[in-house]
Amino acid sequence: MSGFRILVGCKRVIDYAVKVRVKPDKTGVVTEGVKHSMNPFDEIAVEEAVRMKEKKLASEIIAVSCGPQQCQETLRTALAMGVDRAIHVITEPKEYESMQPIHVSKILSKIATEEKADLVIVGKQAIDDDCNQTGQMTASLLDWPQATFASKIEKSNGDLSVMREIDGGLETIKVKVPAVLTSDLRLNEPRYATLPNIMKAKKKPLVTKKPSDYGVDITPRQEIVSVEDPPVRQAGQKVESVEELVTKLKEAGLV
Amino acid sequence: ACIEPRSLEELFPNWREMGAPLKTEVKEDKFSYLTEKARIPIPVLPGMPMSNHGNYIVRLGNVVRWLGEQAEALGVEIYPGYAASEVLFHEDGSVKGIATNDVGIHKDGSPKETFERGMELHAKVTIFSEGCHGHLAKQLYKKFDLRKDCEPQTYGIGFKELWEIDPALHQPGKVEHTIGWPFDNNTYGGTFLYHLDEGPLIVVGIVVGLDYKNPYLSPFREFQRFKHHPSIEPLFRTGKRIGYGARALNEGGVQSIPKLTFPGGCLIGCSPGFMNVPKIKGTHNAMKSGMLAAESVFDLVTDEEKVSQSPTAGLEPVKYEENLKNSWLWKELHSVRNVRPSFNTSLGTVGGVIYTGLFYWIMRGKEPWTLHHGGPDNAKLKPAKECKVIDYPRPDGVVSFDLLTSVALTGTNHDHDQPAHLTLMDDSVPVNHNLAIYDGPEQRFCPAGVYEYVELEDGSGKRLQINAQNCIHCKTCDIKDPSQNINWVCPQGGEGPAYNGM
Repeated sequence: MSGFRILVGCKRVIDYAVKVRVKPDKTGVVTEGVKHSMNPFDEIAVEEAVRMKEKKLASEIIAVSCGPQQCQETLRTALAMGVDRAIHVITEPKEYESMQPIHVSKILSKIATEEKADLVIVGKQAIDDDCNQTGQMTASLLDWPQATFASKIEKSNGDLSVMREIDGGLETIKVKVPAVLTSDLRLNEPRYATLPNIMKAKKKPLVTKKPSDYGVDITPRQEIVSVEDPPVRQAGQKVESVEELVTKLKEAGLV
Repeated sequence: ACIEPRSLEELFPNWREMGAPLKTEVKEDKFSYLTEKARIPIPVLPGMPMSNHGNYIVRLGNVVRWLGEQAEALGVEIYPGYAASEVLFHEDGSVKGIATNDVGIHKDGSPKETFERGMELHAKVTIFSEGCHGHLAKQLYKKFDLRKDCEPQTYGIGFKELWEIDPALHQPGKVEHTIGWPFDNNTYGGTFLYHLDEGPLIVVGIVVGLDYKNPYLSPFREFQRFKHHPSIEPLFRTGKRIGYGARALNEGGVQSIPKLTFPGGCLIGCSPGFMNVPKIKGTHNAMKSGMLAAESVFDLVTDEEKVSQSPTAGLEPVKYEENLKNSWLWKELHSVRNVRPSFNTSLGTVGGVIYTGLFYWIMRGKEPWTLHHGGPDNAKLKPAKECKVIDYPRPDGVVSFDLLTSVALTGTNHDHDQPAHLTLMDDSVPVNHNLAIYDGPEQRFCPAGVYEYVELEDGSGKRLQINAQNCIHCKTCDIKDPSQNINWVCPQGGEGPAYNGM
């Protein structure tokens, strides 16, 4: 289908294998110098978009990332995977710390309109904040249908048939295009960004914009009060018999 | 790390203005001999290699990152996360370049859906700088017989932890080195503790010579018990460990430096090995070797006459080795050549200290003889039945820790569904040889818990389990395996430890 354009959101997050540390002043986690990579669910979103292009179901893919300068590395990976061009919406590192899904979804919806996107795919949630909100908010701002937790996407004529992962099992729904999709783990296995493709990605267009270019105000609407380590697990007690267990539970006022 | 800024000054004379992260000048320099409970100071006289006047305590990872930024600003293309796994050769036998490894291969060797072939990179000259015990250098030594006129390289394993401590105990600029406890007199080892002028951070670690003889020795557990020494334990009791890592380092000095050039390339840095052992510093020499190589390679590839006269398609930068041997690097290494081997006599550590004090300080390496290392590290291990089991104390979880908690701090990760990158030449050797004669020393010298001898399901004996995912790429197993059966190859690019400013 000619002229079908996909917009993919790529968030730069702390790499999933890194041990996260809380800052001594409890205002957040240490990010300086820590290994970052693309949010794994966003990698899956990029992969799905690239596959659709390879199947000639899409003609152009645009990747977007909001954040500091280093987000360009994340976009470079997306370009190496097969995305055609990238938009980096740049923010100061301090502003990025307080950026929330509401801000990102406003930016994504503005870009979707400007770029005349037919489909927006984002990861279902980011592994740093686990918000699971951006996709849904973007759909609402655009007044587009949404299909979240997608584990299979099929396109026929102007409709998408999406299989969703839900609590009870799998649900298949039909959505009309344009729509917003969020990718779940089993949607696909992302390809590697190979070295020749990383080199070629340097030549693909990457533009830098500011949130104000889209009329979006990223003043924080939430204040982080404190960030703390989860409490250290307390040692348990071993009991010798069921009677002892019941006694101890009664003593603790739990029974 | 405590580094000598000599090479940095030569490379970037205005490194201070450029913002190089060398923030902590050494203010206090202490050297001591430890016993289990006491600390006996040994005076550090100016001129001794362990004198650190003029040096800087740094987080070396951050210095390297800064150097990378300078290189990129000058137009160098750097591709992190892609591993050079194979050397390529022209038909005339000279080096043509390297190839990165294929990715997307199942554990059994079959290709996944995401399989991608690696990429070949060709060049007139390839400079190999893999650090201590490079896997490609290993192939090059064989192919070009580069080691025929030198002794085998000898190594140490270095451990490092980064700690946040109580600001009241923090003394930025303080450098402490020790020898003695917890090592016995016949094991080469020492420790370091540096206070950085940031955080309230300190770096603490040990180095154990890999020529140790007792297969029951666990370098990791020596490190953990060292921190309980009464003179330093208080630092850790109220502190928080935020980093852990380990790496092999070269100790062979001048006696173990191979031929550095070959048709199509050359070796620089800790790969051939330029560490000054008594100074415990090698970065300034590694940098200098890189600078000398760059200059000779540049002169070579831009000289049309030399290029056309080259007997092979890959060019050999012979001037690099000549210039290196005429530089301060060689003079420095030559002067300290006898210090490390002096620890190998029956007088052990005490002998080494006496030799260094007497001969080095007085003669500065001008003595006419050159001591030898006495063979490769992997041949030094004694059979288990001739040695005593070492009873290490249990980690307390505050000052000392168990291995797996420590490995988690390295952020190391490998895709579990790929062929293990720790390969065995012969699968029967670990149980029949390493376990039978040496009680499986790889269980103890690996700083990441990769090697485990587990019971077979039918109870008929044991097998070696290789937990390749834990690997932190230190290369110790490739060096110390008494049967030299373990061959470290490159895992997929982008995998391995994710140290941050260590």
